[in-house]
Amino acid sequence: MGEKITGAQSLVYALESAGVKDIFGIPGGAILPLYDPLFDSKIRHILVRHEQGAGHAAEGYAVASGGVGVCMATSGPGATNLVTALADANMDSVPVVAITGQVPSSSIGTDAFQEADIRGITMPVTKHNFLVTNPDEIPRAVAEAFHLASTGRPGPVLVDVSKDALQGATEFTWPVQLDLPGYHPVTKPHSKQVREAAKLILSSRQPVLYVGGGVIRANAAPALRRLADLTGIPVVTTLMARGAFPDSHPSHLGMPGMHGTVAAVGALQQSDLLITLGARFDDRVTGKLSTFAPNAAVIHADIDPAEIGKNRAVDVPIVGDLAEILPELVTAIEAEQATGAVGDYEGWWRTLNRLRETYPLGYQTWDDGTLAPQYVIERLGKIVGPEALYVAGVGQHQMWAAQFIDYEQPNTWLNSGGLGTMGYAVPAAMGAKVARPDKTVWAVDGDGCFQMTNQELVTASVNDIPIKVALINNGNLGMVRQWQTLFYNERYSNTNLHSFRVPDFVKLAEAYGCYGLRAESPEQVDAVIEKAMAIDDAPVVIDFVVHKDAMVWPMVAAGTSNDDIMVAREMAPDWSGEDD
Amino acid sequence: MSRHTLSVLVEDKPGVLARVASLFSRRGFNIESLAVGPTEVPEISRMTIVVSVDKLPLEQVTKQLNKLINVIKIVELDPDASVQREIMLVKVKADMDTRSHILETAQLFRAKVVDVAPDAVTIEATGKADKLQALLKVLEPFGVKELVKSGMVAVGRGPRSITDRALRPVDRSA
Repeated sequence: MGEKITGAQSLVYALESAGVKDIFGIPGGAILPLYDPLFDSKIRHILVRHEQGAGHAAEGYAVASGGVGVCMATSGPGATNLVTALADANMDSVPVVAITGQVPSSSIGTDAFQEADIRGITMPVTKHNFLVTNPDEIPRAVAEAFHLASTGRPGPVLVDVSKDALQGATEFTWPVQLDLPGYHPVTKPHSKQVREAAKLILSSRQPVLYVGGGVIRANAAPALRRLADLTGIPVVTTLMARGAFPDSHPSHLGMPGMHGTVAAVGALQQSDLLITLGARFDDRVTGKLSTFAPNAAVIHADIDPAEIGKNRAVDVPIVGDLAEILPELVTAIEAEQATGAVGDYEGWWRTLNRLRETYPLGYQTWDDGTLAPQYVIERLGKIVGPEALYVAGVGQHQMWAAQFIDYEQPNTWLNSGGLGTMGYAVPAAMGAKVARPDKTVWAVDGDGCFQMTNQELVTASVNDIPIKVALINNGNLGMVRQWQTLFYNERYSNTNLHSFRVPDFVKLAEAYGCYGLRAESPEQVDAVIEKAMAIDDAPVVIDFVVHKDAMVWPMVAAGTSNDDIMVAREMAPDWSGEDD
Repeated sequence: MSRHTLSVLVEDKPGVLARVASLFSRRGFNIESLAVGPTEVPEISRMTIVVSVDKLPLEQVTKQLNKLINVIKIVELDPDASVQREIMLVKVKADMDTRSHILETAQLFRAKVVDVAPDAVTIEATGKADKLQALLKVLEPFGVKELVKSGMVAVGRGPRSITDRALRPVDRSA
């Protein structure tokens, strides 16, 4: 006690005390004072090539580790480059702490060199943020940032620290008293509401467990499994919830939404009770909201009260932590069952099984010898297996990776769901691999996404982070092209990337110090995946050159009703025949 | 749409007003009036926000406001169970012929004349929005040269205070 240190040293101590092991970042003028003591710290700092990469790496790290991911950047452009990743983390409730340098407090507001009001800029895309100009306030800001990021509904928190606060003299104390009088996340559910939900569940005839990413964030997957096994109610897992419930489980109908299975979409539409768990009635799930699940009563359990009733009116709201709600719900249902109330879902299952059997996921193969992208992804999932982590970018390849890989455990599927950030995959996979070096980590990326952030392969390469990239290369912005095919008379305005050969992804990978492999026909797929699996001394990129006209099906066109889902182009499912 | 008065207790920290204002703008809610000032608790400020929204969006406004870390408490004040006041300063053209008329009008509304110039008087009036509106209507024929109004401030009637339970001690350490 009493020893004077710099604010920068205090910040490093605070990060160490908060349990930080790894940081992704890039130094620069305003944050330089921090990088000096960081040089002597046990914390591993991974020098990325672009701050957006640091942000997504922190996200991947957070999801894969179950902890908080940390990224760091200097003032001005360094900080603004983090914004996309912070917005991404905010939409998908990922616990991330960003530390940014700021110009000296005497220069704030003067348009100083590399000055940006990053606190103002990130206000709408973070859970909270701080500007620290007094070195004495550093430990508390850090402690509060980690507390806010990781509790309640998780999310990104930014701590902006002025250069003079980093350089000023202070004392370090830890632990610190948090001062957050306005922050009281409700974790314990109202037991009356839980009992109400249990009654409704057992009296319903066509219930569905509509499972969102909140179940994963709450570490509530085991409790969900007990609830599903106890009741025999069908389960759908949204894009963010893939892995929350085993794909191999017979009660699992797959993913709902714009590119969901007919069985999952049909189950929601025909349901009389949605048991909504950590999901938020996103437009990609509901389709046209006014026609979504028109006959369903709604139970909505979420840690965030603002989600309840936001898009869909709710009959039984339950605010709390799903890790507490689900066990209580199981107990309440058991108590109801003990009085003789047993849910009868047999007719419901007949309907759903018919949909599931009639409309399984499928895809078109091409008789010109070219590769179907879905085949590549399906084989990848089969060969690599459910123990690995899969990280997708955004677009067609993301949807196929959600559809054709079987997920058995939570936090094995990482993607950018809410914001839809192209370029997420490579840096997030890198972050995930840093968090879980014991796991095989595959990025499933598109050629468009890949070209937004592939510079992080250098980071992975020189820092010995051997991720694997399955590049689904159709030479186009595939999802946009699909919409042009369907809704813009096949006028392909600015979607051709010419990336079948430029860049040469194999050479690019090699230039980055990675292995570069390629497959162009179905016969080559298994061998090249196995070859990649055998490599563990450097990152691997496989350039899978696939057919450019492959499309993602089923599809609910944007703004239309889920009832109008298309199994394939101009092919609607036959809803009739249920209960026969 | 109906008008609602929200009393919002916030931590007195830099940027709080920006957070609240940007939340309203981002979520597409329109602020009719906003007034911010200190309270009897030094580290707490109070915002009185008047919004025109239906019941359901109002619930969203309140919930989203509650998610702001610096927001401590939100209370909707019922117009029948609260005292609501705005202040208005209005500068009216006045010459020898009209000045006494204007002064009379001011008296009728229990408004005060706070500045007098050879060709203008400035009137200060306090009250509910409809009273100020009525005064203004009567003054308009004389010629309004300048008009400024505060946002509305409001407080619930009776002995209870919304700050009573707002400052719960937070007993958590990292």
